[in-house]
Amino acid sequence: MLDLLSDYTIQTVAMGAALLGVSSGVLGCFAVLRRQSLLGDTLSHAALPGVCLGFLVAGTRDLGSILAGALVTGAAAALVVLALTRLSRLKTDAALGVALSVSFALGVVLLTYIQGTGNASQGGLNSFLFGQAAAILRSDLWIMGGIAAASLALVAALWKEFKLVSFDPGFATSLGLPVVVIEITMTVMVALAVVIGLQMVGVVLMTAMIVAPAVAARQWTRRLGSMVVLSAVFGTVAGVAGATLSATARGLSTGPLIVLAISAIVFVSLLLSPERGLLWEMARRWRDRRSLRGRQVLTTLHAMAAEHGDRSYPAELGSLDTYHGTDTRRVLARLEQRGLVRPVTHAPETTPHWELTPSGHVEARRLAADIEGHQ
Amino acid sequence: MTDQLHEPQLALHVEDLTVSYDGKPALWDIDIDVPPGVMAAIVGPNGAGKSTFIKSVLGLVKPTAGHVTIFGRPYGTQRRKVGYVPQRSSVDWDFPTTALDVVTMGLYGRLGWLRRPGRAERETALRALEQVKMQDFATRQISQLSGGQQQRVFLARALVQDADIYFLDEPMAGVDATTERAVVAILHRLREEGKTLIVVHHDLQTVKSYFDWMVILNVRPIAQGRVSEVYTADNLRRAYGGQIALIEREAFGADAANAAGSGEHG
Repeated sequence: MLDLLSDYTIQTVAMGAALLGVSSGVLGCFAVLRRQSLLGDTLSHAALPGVCLGFLVAGTRDLGSILAGALVTGAAAALVVLALTRLSRLKTDAALGVALSVSFALGVVLLTYIQGTGNASQGGLNSFLFGQAAAILRSDLWIMGGIAAASLALVAALWKEFKLVSFDPGFATSLGLPVVVIEITMTVMVALAVVIGLQMVGVVLMTAMIVAPAVAARQWTRRLGSMVVLSAVFGTVAGVAGATLSATARGLSTGPLIVLAISAIVFVSLLLSPERGLLWEMARRWRDRRSLRGRQVLTTLHAMAAEHGDRSYPAELGSLDTYHGTDTRRVLARLEQRGLVRPVTHAPETTPHWELTPSGHVEARRLAADIEGHQ
Repeated sequence: MTDQLHEPQLALHVEDLTVSYDGKPALWDIDIDVPPGVMAAIVGPNGAGKSTFIKSVLGLVKPTAGHVTIFGRPYGTQRRKVGYVPQRSSVDWDFPTTALDVVTMGLYGRLGWLRRPGRAERETALRALEQVKMQDFATRQISQLSGGQQQRVFLARALVQDADIYFLDEPMAGVDATTERAVVAILHRLREEGKTLIVVHHDLQTVKSYFDWMVILNVRPIAQGRVSEVYTADNLRRAYGGQIALIEREAFGADAANAAGSGEHG
């Protein structure tokens, strides 16, 4: 393990993955909260033609020009989506779909064209499809780090504006905030996060790194600040785990491994998180049902006692079971623990009988009053 | 350039305002004037452009023609004097934030760029929450609040704006009777402090008891002025058309029973 950590390539890969995780985790939160998760998908697919164009212009696999190209075509795709929704009758989802497929098709054509030219330096360009962490150089880290630092600084500086525009753009407009400019800035930042992750995760799966950490983080917290921090942590953990796995086991694409890692985090979050998690929900429903059954049996006993004019009327278990259509033994045992009922014998019958204790009568009357209060 | 005031004696002055969606007019050639210190109801049938009216005054919707002044100046220069309560359903209440935080958002305009809300802003927001009796819910996640509580949080956010004129979009829609009473009490207090309130309202029955000014709108302004003068069967019939049988029973049937109770403000 220590060997692993001191390995130069692994260090580079892990640092790159951490940069990716932090930036996409933070910037993805705003995209998810503004219901723009799909925008990340379109932007990342639209980066592919940019990658190819950047390569064609520079003539080498220089990360700077490739990322610049990706940013330009990503922004162009975002503009196309905006124009389509404003000028045509297409809805946002359809416009995003159109922009995604057209630009990705364009990218794949360009990619195969470059591969056909037999340019010696094109090797590894197709690793931008699914990501190849091992191809990252120390010098690339500076570019990724620079972009990440700039976009995180922007989030810190415009924190309250981003929050307000994400939550209530109408109110933000009434305060005089330049809402359109801020929305464009947030979209550009998603494009920046995509660009940072291109080499590591690839264009096809990059959207998962935008959406998944934010979705997982949302499950655990009620505040935007802690959601953003948690999302960054989740993104980093998944990124580093996936990237190091891929760098050690040669030949495995990095992107899918990172995405599997973050998906595991999302799965656990959806299942286990307090209040919003599925298990929590199930437990709450089960508790509700159990207490409801207890109340039902209590009211039945109370009604039977009233009908017979006998406060300690012994109700036979069989008649309770028949009335409720289910086995009430365990419900009665729980009520007994709470001191509301007690088992009695009713000679000459030998079957189990139950009667209400005085506190059981009080509780049953309280329940009845509750119900009447609601009507 | 000298600072020329246009109709400065009016809290809100709207002239020739036209707004259209996809070529269809939502508001057509509207002239509306509201004097300062009144609580004005904007009423009209569905699709009459009530919300559009407020949104175009606040610059959320671009008008195709016309101009708006607030206390004699265009809205852009008067933002600090304007408070806004949007429709509750216009935002996602599952957003990860607390009631106190939402109220603090009312101060963002005054804070300006790069400055973060601090202790003073927190105090102001807490006081506003107290005014709407929501102080116990300050740290509550907003999705855990009931509809009425959410509405009060929105109202508190407008209170911290400390404005002279307030625009409220259906503040009484879908809230329980207790909240409605609380909201009306707060609005009346604001009016007593000399603030102007412009409220999109959907319940004709309560117009007479809550408001002293009203504007009846149906794409065009049908009537405007003191409630005592404007609230007539004839005006309502012109705005609501075919629905009038229902309206009359609702608005005037109840009225006969408590005729003595109306017109108590002035």
